[in-house]
Amino acid sequence: MTEPLTAQEVSGAAGALVPATRAADEGRSLWSDAWADLRRNPFFWVSAVLIAVFLVMAAFPQLFTSTDPYFADLAHAREKPSAEAWFGYDGQGHDVYARTIYGARSSILVGVFATLFTLVIGSLFGILAGYSGGSLDALLSRLGDIFFAIPLLLGGILILYTFPSDLETPYLVVVGKVVLALGLLGWPNIARLMRSSVLQVKPNDYVQAARALGASPGRIILSHILPNSLAAVIVVSTINLGAYIAAEATLSYLGIGLQPPAISWGLAISEASGIGLIRAAPHMLLFPSIFLSLTVLAFIMLGDAVRDALDPKLR
Amino acid sequence: MGKYVLRRLLQMVPVLIGTTFLIYVMVFALGDPTAGRCGERPCPANYVAKFKADYNLDEPLLVQYALYMGDVLRGDLGTNFFGNSVSEELIARWPTTAKLASIALVFEVVIGVSAGVLAGIRRGRFMDHLVTVSTLFVISIPVFVIGSVLQLVFGVRLGIFPVTATQGTWSQLILPGFVLGSISIAYVSRLTRTSLVENLRADYVRTAKAKGLKPSRAVGVHTLRNSLIPVVTFIGADFGGLLGGAIVTERIFNVNGVGGFLYRSIQQKDGVSVVGTVVCLVVVYLVVNLIVDLFYGVLDPRITHD
Repeated sequence: MTEPLTAQEVSGAAGALVPATRAADEGRSLWSDAWADLRRNPFFWVSAVLIAVFLVMAAFPQLFTSTDPYFADLAHAREKPSAEAWFGYDGQGHDVYARTIYGARSSILVGVFATLFTLVIGSLFGILAGYSGGSLDALLSRLGDIFFAIPLLLGGILILYTFPSDLETPYLVVVGKVVLALGLLGWPNIARLMRSSVLQVKPNDYVQAARALGASPGRIILSHILPNSLAAVIVVSTINLGAYIAAEATLSYLGIGLQPPAISWGLAISEASGIGLIRAAPHMLLFPSIFLSLTVLAFIMLGDAVRDALDPKLR
Repeated sequence: MGKYVLRRLLQMVPVLIGTTFLIYVMVFALGDPTAGRCGERPCPANYVAKFKADYNLDEPLLVQYALYMGDVLRGDLGTNFFGNSVSEELIARWPTTAKLASIALVFEVVIGVSAGVLAGIRRGRFMDHLVTVSTLFVISIPVFVIGSVLQLVFGVRLGIFPVTATQGTWSQLILPGFVLGSISIAYVSRLTRTSLVENLRADYVRTAKAKGLKPSRAVGVHTLRNSLIPVVTFIGADFGGLLGGAIVTERIFNVNGVGGFLYRSIQQKDGVSVVGTVVCLVVVYLVVNLIVDLFYGVLDPRITHD
């Protein structure tokens, strides 16, 4: 990530008039500067560790539990936490701990892929609109306005209502539908950000110089514009990742996101949240909620930390 | 000002057409609008034929859409599963949801702005850290968890608030309104804090202080007014979140409002009601955003609407 930033490095080095004290900082790019800041931020480390744990949990749930999350024993239904089942049992007699560990996968999959979807489509459209300007810009911006005008949850409900899933739908297809719904409604946010960053970067001298040297638009975008306008988009995407995980849980809670037999924190909370159930078996609600909130918290904290590192003005 | 309003109204038209067309295509063309109208089995052919004729589904897509929008503009959103007019159902429930949303907005503005101001003027001190950390936690907890827990604690255990808000009176809606606004309260206070901190460094604030103004006036009048501009923008944009969130809140507290109606329509797979309700909510959202845009000029005289 550091090579494309040479133009900035050069101007930065020329501006630094105290080479004796700044010797160690020489050649610092935006990203290595940000990394130096991040390393000193405790919030960054807390969120990074949490995210690492949840990613491992999503990829290899067997590492955390040997209990089968689908095994249900009605005799144990709604039993409180005990030595055999740390988090107790749910309404069907599933082990809540195992269900909670296996639930990480759905949330992480939806969050990561919805974010990637918005990042790719949003950046592509944003760069096209910002770089080309004119009628293509107007067309893409108006298209974005249309999707932007539909609130995330309402639009998600509508899309998932149109393409319903049932018991026979394969797991990945159900996840894919939720990703598609969130991605379709989320991309204009990124596209707008990217477009305005591109408009800021485009008039810079190094872009003009590259064009004067005969670089093709593709090369100018890839090696000059993209690296210099990526910062804001990455920060917002990290925070959005948390928001998408929360949105998936909400949609599942409403009964139109993920469907059983898929295991998800949103579904578990939905099953546990009848008023009678909360009184009788609060552990069913508590543990998936804690895991869900910690995941969302981790991504928001990471986004905040990265923003502080990239934009020292805000400190 | 008049010219600006007109231009904004004209700009809204393509967005309105685009969104309603998108919603219409999704439910009536891509989806199967008769799915679920006959229970857990496919509808008989003659019912499908009658439904298609009633909703002009045999016409080309653009004609269908134009006919549907013509009906919508006349206030007719079709009839739902039970043969009731969707627009009448919505009109009957609208006051409840409006009450709920306004309670949420009041909480957002009162608690959110004051917490943000307290944190902003005591930057780096205990109050600032308390607000920053506690809002971060509130933002991370999904609204349906907050709702269920507060319902249990304040409704069932302590008995301070009613457990459900079936009649939708103001006093019943206080707790649901707080739940609906909870995450936005956190966002508003963080935004107010950031914006206040930025503005407190500005030259005009230093000038005001140098002139000998009391700190309360320098912060309260000079800084706060400018700091609230992004907050107002956020509240306008967040209104869509409130409309969506109302579905969850109204489900938890059994509020008989527009959100609860939408939730039940989804459960009953009642496509006509779902489209009608979502179209209405999106239009309300767009109009609110327009009003917020026009409100900028009042807060910040530097913004002229020419």
